[in-house]
Amino acid sequence: MSGTSQRSETEGAAPRPALPDGIVAFVKRECPTCALVAPVLAELADRVDLTVYTQDDLSFPAGLTPVDDTDLAMSWHHDIEAVPTLLRVEHGVERQRTEGWHRGDWQKLTGVHGLGDGLPEWRPGCGSLSVDPSLAGELAVRFGATRLRSRRVELASLEDEMEALYARGWTDGLPVVPPTEGRVLAMLEGTSRDPQEIVADVPPDLAPCSVEKVAINAVMAGCKPEYLPVVLAAVEAACTDEFNAHGLLATTMPTAPVLIVNGPIRRELGMNAGGNVFGQGNRANSTIGRALQLVIRNVGGGRPGEIDRATFGNPGKVGFCFAEDEEGSPWEPFSVSLGKPAGTNTVTLFPGEGPRSVVDQLSRDPESLARTFAATLRTLHHPKLLLAFDAILAVGPEHARVFREAGWSRKQLEDRLMALLQIPGKEVIRGAGGIAEGVPENLEHATLPKFRPGGIHIVHCGGGAGLFSAIIGGWVTGAMGSETVIQEIRA
Amino acid sequence: MSERLPRPESVRGLTVGLLDIAKARGDVFLDRLERRLSDHGAVVKRYRKPTFTKPAPVDLRQQIAVECGAVVEALAD
Repeated sequence: MSGTSQRSETEGAAPRPALPDGIVAFVKRECPTCALVAPVLAELADRVDLTVYTQDDLSFPAGLTPVDDTDLAMSWHHDIEAVPTLLRVEHGVERQRTEGWHRGDWQKLTGVHGLGDGLPEWRPGCGSLSVDPSLAGELAVRFGATRLRSRRVELASLEDEMEALYARGWTDGLPVVPPTEGRVLAMLEGTSRDPQEIVADVPPDLAPCSVEKVAINAVMAGCKPEYLPVVLAAVEAACTDEFNAHGLLATTMPTAPVLIVNGPIRRELGMNAGGNVFGQGNRANSTIGRALQLVIRNVGGGRPGEIDRATFGNPGKVGFCFAEDEEGSPWEPFSVSLGKPAGTNTVTLFPGEGPRSVVDQLSRDPESLARTFAATLRTLHHPKLLLAFDAILAVGPEHARVFREAGWSRKQLEDRLMALLQIPGKEVIRGAGGIAEGVPENLEHATLPKFRPGGIHIVHCGGGAGLFSAIIGGWVTGAMGSETVIQEIRA
Repeated sequence: MSERLPRPESVRGLTVGLLDIAKARGDVFLDRLERRLSDHGAVVKRYRKPTFTKPAPVDLRQQIAVECGAVVEALAD
């Protein structure tokens, strides 16, 4: 039996309707436990002062003339979380509450013995409609309990809301979901964090961004509430000095945040780590990265043609997010290789361009395949430019199998790639190969690595068919530009 | 955001900061500007950001604001 609880009065909220004295029950027909206890309620009606509120069907429980609570006003205001819920009310004040069916508790609460002859001792109840996540936002708006601080935007009745949002400059060019109060409140159900908590100062304007503002942009991006913790973590990671979202936005290079999700949350959100992993069609993959980019646009003020000076950009700037295939990987999760404990939900932000394909359908031994990777990684941005960029090497399952069968660890592959990418200076100095671009001539006799140590991030993902991998190139690396940042996801 | 100051009528006697953003060959451009400004009677001070990819640190911005009447930030490649 739980203690008494009542929803605290919120400023501006509709007044809480009073409970009638006596025994009060909340039920819905849809709930099997409510159906089970219908005869018990009939017994009680004969013996105590009983009021029954029904959430879904006025003909249920039959013969009891229940009070209509299909607008859920009583249920919502009195914090009914499960049905059946039984209350004992004296002088309008709730004294006792029990949820579900439990003979002992019901008898104690009502003072009536011998209840529910023939019923089991105990049955759990069902969720109250007033806490249905799909209704939570709408109900909070209906009962005036909104906690939102953001400016309300009213559209003219003849304005098309999709057109209006585009016209005001709040979209990335694709339609966004209008962030109505109900939708934003529903989104906020996805986190336990206070809506007014400041998540980060978002560049380029360094605008303080609350959880509420992130939720608004997550709605616009098309996220479900359960994605919000990932978006919040991504915003936190993006706005660190290490990740340097300001520079990444302002650069002429075609890069933007690339989000890699690890941990059990990938599966809880139904994220795609398999076929078409970088492509369209999965809601979580498509909207989480987009939500981050909308935060940078709408909160940070980062817009193309203004602070965003990209020469080309890339299609992933709408949003680029994917999950690692941990289950099928020959290696520990990518997040573990970055120092996080196994089983931790994380999002890693990499400053990346669009992915490019690596085809090798003939290599069956790891050395040959490593050489293919090295040869393609060497061309990143320019075959003669070195040490300036990091990269993600996304190894597909059919390529990963070669390393699994040979017993190569991720570290072994990484070390081998580093060794294969030690490049003689004479090949890459300015003018070499008839190409003006390159490193200064005084490095002619040096041996130069293409990547700094730790500059190749190896992840496992992609579809089960195709002897392919992929490379996602970075931009200016390290303290000069952006570091890869991993952030734990918290509820 | 604060209002931009009006453009100075003249640089004569004005302390002008030249901020090198640390991109390659920005100094070539700024060296030339320094000569031109000095010829016109300006007092020139040189500053440099640690990296072109990040905004200038607050301390540097403060220092320039205190020491200069105008600033030129140069981008070059």
